[in-house]
Amino acid sequence: MEKFNILEGIAAPMPLINIDTDMLIPKQFLKTIKRTGLGENLFFEMRFDQNGNKIKDFILNKNHYSKASIIVGGANFGCGSSREHAPWALKDFGIKCIISTSFADIFFNNCFKNGILPIIVSEDLHQILLQDAKMETTSIMKIDLENQKIVRNNGDQLDFEVDEFKKYCLLNGLDDIGLTLKSADKISSFEKEYSDKFSWS
Amino acid sequence: MKIMAKSRTLYDKIWDNHLIQSENDTSLIYIDRHLVHEVTSPQAFEGLREAGRKVRAPNKTIAVPDHNVATTSDRLTNFGSEEGRIQLETLDKNARDFGIHYYAVDDIRQGIVHIIGPEQGWTLPGMTIVCGDSHTATHGAFGALAHGIGTSEVEHVLATQTLIQQKSKNMKVEVSGQLGNGVTAKDITLTIIGKTGTAGGTGHVIEYCGSAIESLSMEGRMTVCNMAIEGGARAGLIAPDQKTLDYVKGRPHSPKGEKWDKAVEFWKTLFSDPDAYFDKEIFLKAEDIAPVVTWGTSPEDVLPITDFVPSPDNFQGSKVEAAKRSLEYMGLRPGQKLQDIEVDAVFIGSCTNGRIEDLREVEKIVKGKKVKSGIRAMVVPGSGLVKKQAEEEGIANSLKEAGFDWRMPGCSMCLAMNPDQLLPEERCAATSNRNFEGRQGRGGRTHLMSPAMAAAAAITGRLTDVRDI
Repeated sequence: MEKFNILEGIAAPMPLINIDTDMLIPKQFLKTIKRTGLGENLFFEMRFDQNGNKIKDFILNKNHYSKASIIVGGANFGCGSSREHAPWALKDFGIKCIISTSFADIFFNNCFKNGILPIIVSEDLHQILLQDAKMETTSIMKIDLENQKIVRNNGDQLDFEVDEFKKYCLLNGLDDIGLTLKSADKISSFEKEYSDKFSWS
Repeated sequence: MKIMAKSRTLYDKIWDNHLIQSENDTSLIYIDRHLVHEVTSPQAFEGLREAGRKVRAPNKTIAVPDHNVATTSDRLTNFGSEEGRIQLETLDKNARDFGIHYYAVDDIRQGIVHIIGPEQGWTLPGMTIVCGDSHTATHGAFGALAHGIGTSEVEHVLATQTLIQQKSKNMKVEVSGQLGNGVTAKDITLTIIGKTGTAGGTGHVIEYCGSAIESLSMEGRMTVCNMAIEGGARAGLIAPDQKTLDYVKGRPHSPKGEKWDKAVEFWKTLFSDPDAYFDKEIFLKAEDIAPVVTWGTSPEDVLPITDFVPSPDNFQGSKVEAAKRSLEYMGLRPGQKLQDIEVDAVFIGSCTNGRIEDLREVEKIVKGKKVKSGIRAMVVPGSGLVKKQAEEEGIANSLKEAGFDWRMPGCSMCLAMNPDQLLPEERCAATSNRNFEGRQGRGGRTHLMSPAMAAAAAITGRLTDVRDI
């Protein structure tokens, strides 16, 4: 996995609440057996009309925001289906960080597995960042994971929380499976004890 | 497997039993059953191959194609799309190469993964069950800790039979009292989501309890737990009781003989201690629950069928904009009577409501009646065995005579990955679980409801109070 340390980029405002994973990547693109190439269909039904033309008003179709690497999104971002195609599509499009007041649990986890940092902020901070994102001139932000800071365009630094283990994996680009397999002996001994006790399982 | 003196919830007990190690807030838990389908697994198997890894516990891993399969009788040769065919073939190859349990499309036991898990006895109380599918919560009806995972986690479970997790908080939803006429498990679960919102359960595991929950059949309990995820909770749980044991006993993969006795003895310890702590508690009276429908594009947009389409002004904050957008998408205006909304299609099926009891409910409503002319009404049984049973019970005949299209099993129009889709602006009374924009087909308009309510809508051609039928 790609390492995440400092990200500086354009933040796109998407205040709509309950942005679900069907919106992020509709079902017709889930037939793929690959993880790549999904970016062009990110937010497909919001980005393209029925004839396949770009919908001009959609934020990520606007020239400035088409290069966004951060989304400031509405509450309960990523609700719905567990499809990891959603973070794959975001990543492929170039989005590496999402800031919201809340995320759906499965999506939140899936982001970390793909080098995307989801940041939960308070309602107040969210409003500030949303306003920043709405103005092209203030929409460039810096995300410093190591020091857990969001740096606004005016230089203000805002703190954010992140789970220690997830931060460690992101900073080092670590693969979970490799880490877990370091505990292979522990898993084996657990498994033996467990299957003795719960023989039907 | 530590012994803890402190009072624990059912979730705490299952968690403790499966905890391999824990450091700070991050834990490694053991997984008893891994269910696999064709859409969220190809990249995981590819990852295993690239790393030269095997499936650690093939005997605990069960695969079935469901999302993409066509529901027409020619589905072994007609796949609907080339990519769909490739995805199904990929699952077939992966299942055989890695030696996991597998129900192929032509196997009568094939069906929606969350229907066949319980049906085949893979789903047992006290287990940890995962699947690359958010509706894995369904299995919680058996007192199993069951939840959806992403594809990276699918690969992790395949390789290690474990999952890296942070423990969730405990939430209790108690529904007490007696359900009224025409009110079903679906109305309970939708009403809960309407009350708590789609993020109400985020970060929590919900335990459903109370006399109204206990009164439900296993099928009804599965419907309730299935939609825990729409309430934001990854998992929903119901403590096992005699009904659970009766359902599980004698299934192909449930324990037999001495093992059964030993299992039952253990399963009887699976309940929340009386003074266990819940971080959040919700109480509902069964008498206050009506037959409900959704009006918007979020599962929290729930109202009793006797109500009216709300105005965005009824809401606060960012929900105002969301409601405006929903009404525009749904083609509805504030103040419209819900029962005046005409439908074009009816979909009965899905992991929420594709079981035998659901089809029996539909038959009760439609027997001897006709689907209103011009309405496309489709029934997709949840599994080959549900389909067979419904045919043997005469349900299939009654429904066909009424004018329903009787299909082969699969996920079908719940997520419309296969050719079963709504057309733009087509309005559907659906027994599935999500009414998101475009969920059942681009521009399609979904109203979620119980099988009985969907059956009533098929007959009248509009959203209908089933109590009037």
